[in-house]
Amino acid sequence: MRLRLSANDGAGFRFVMSVPGIAATFGLALFALALVLLLAFRRNDGGLVIGPLTLSNFTGIFSDPLYAIIMLRSLWIAGLVTLATVVTAYPIAWYLAFQAGRWRGLVLFLVTLPFWTSYLLRVFAWKIVLAYNGVLNSALMSLGIWDKPSSALLNNPAAVVVTLAHAYAPFAILPIFVALQTIPRSLLEVSSDLGASRAQVFARIVLPLSMPGVLAGALVVFVPTLGDYVTPALVGGPGSIMIGNQIQAQFGKANDWPFGAALAVSTMLVILAAVLLIRQADRRWGSRA
Amino acid sequence: MGKPGMTGNRALLGYVVAYIFFLYLPVALIPLFSFNDSIQAAFPLKGFTLDWYRTLAETPAIRAALMNSVSIAITAAAIATFCATAIAYLDVFPRPRLSRPVAMLARLPILIPGVIVGIAMLILVNLAGLGPSRPAIVMGHILICLPAAVSVIRARMVAIPRSLAEVESDLGASDLTVFRRAILPLAWSAVASAFTLSFLTSFDEFIVAYFLAGTDITLPLYIWSQLRFPKSLPVVMALGSLILLTSILLAVVAELLRRRTRL
Repeated sequence: MRLRLSANDGAGFRFVMSVPGIAATFGLALFALALVLLLAFRRNDGGLVIGPLTLSNFTGIFSDPLYAIIMLRSLWIAGLVTLATVVTAYPIAWYLAFQAGRWRGLVLFLVTLPFWTSYLLRVFAWKIVLAYNGVLNSALMSLGIWDKPSSALLNNPAAVVVTLAHAYAPFAILPIFVALQTIPRSLLEVSSDLGASRAQVFARIVLPLSMPGVLAGALVVFVPTLGDYVTPALVGGPGSIMIGNQIQAQFGKANDWPFGAALAVSTMLVILAAVLLIRQADRRWGSRA
Repeated sequence: MGKPGMTGNRALLGYVVAYIFFLYLPVALIPLFSFNDSIQAAFPLKGFTLDWYRTLAETPAIRAALMNSVSIAITAAAIATFCATAIAYLDVFPRPRLSRPVAMLARLPILIPGVIVGIAMLILVNLAGLGPSRPAIVMGHILICLPAAVSVIRARMVAIPRSLAEVESDLGASDLTVFRRAILPLAWSAVASAFTLSFLTSFDEFIVAYFLAGTDITLPLYIWSQLRFPKSLPVVMALGSLILLTSILLAVVAELLRRRTRL
């Protein structure tokens, strides 16, 4: 009797506890994404979801080379940013995992702190650095290296890459650090006792074993960078328009929501392809079997 | 590695210091120029002034935006933390059928760029007849905050021995009692740290809020609207410095809470 009672009352409690989660995930996240997918197949006729379906948004995207160029540029910029952040983050993660000792807590806190400060301000800070009358120009002039300011620093794809790499720098450290930390120290000692050089230990043991962390870090940087529209707008100039700017414009000035939704769906497909590619890479090089 | 060379260690330490320096340098310029007596953000510095902070205090639009940001961040963080606690609890302890997909979906927004979360919520709130508004921003921010909140709370709950919950229910305690008397008190600091991190995320969030704001704008949206005007640049930097200071203080609080979780 007691058992049945507590089981019943457990079911009631479980039901109440599952409502917020289901509402937030299925009701909010999944439903909103389904709406994007539906809208992507609608004509721009004012009705939001009710009305005839069409493929014209997607044929429009595929027939105009402009969108292919912008998508490739976004992939290129996001790829460069991902490479730069992962490569620069790796030694930091290494330091944290193997050498930081009692400094670990402090260094970990220092590198993750910028993550919690305003993204908009971090991007804006680079505008101050790179502007015509900005910090870098005035510093170089007062040092006598340049005699007049250069406007070539800002408004180009390189400025976008530097700014994004800086803004997303800490994202890659954590997953790599976690992966490095799980490597048994004894494994490294045994291999060097057996005569492996430090380079060999790194290439044959440490790097492969930390690959899941590297790939996870790459993903966390790649996804938000690919869809970013703030950085290209603030420091990129017209030659650095990315796919995020295009989506934003369709929901703003251009006012063609269905076309914007189709661009969003295409972007998600590109991200999905990247995720599957990374999964594949993880299976091939990152497996811990 | 057995005994790595001292030179290698020194080089690595130098790299770590340089990396942290590079990480903070551009951001440090914002407070620096907020005290500079010039409209241009350029070296050499002109002189010390508090004028920009004075202007800041005298601009009613900033106070309104601050109030909006705070109320949105508190609401979004409270709801996100509440949902995350329930999601993490179900995923770790009773494990009903739907708990796994829900816990996975809650972390899905990591794989979606902010711009797409923004337009998805914009379509949703327009369909619901709500339109861009404060509740719309709150809904968008709940989604953005959920992944980190679930991860933080889940990590703590996984560390609670399952035997504890089992013993209590063997003694006749209901799930609700076990949750209220044992799990929640043990996970409390993780819940508080998830709330702080969610608050910070929402307070600083721009990309999603951009699509969802009606007439009530948030602080990051206010900053964005002012970036076009060179004349308001120093005031924006004074505002930015205060936001940085607040964010850092809150991050320190969250970190201290997280450390107490560990102990």
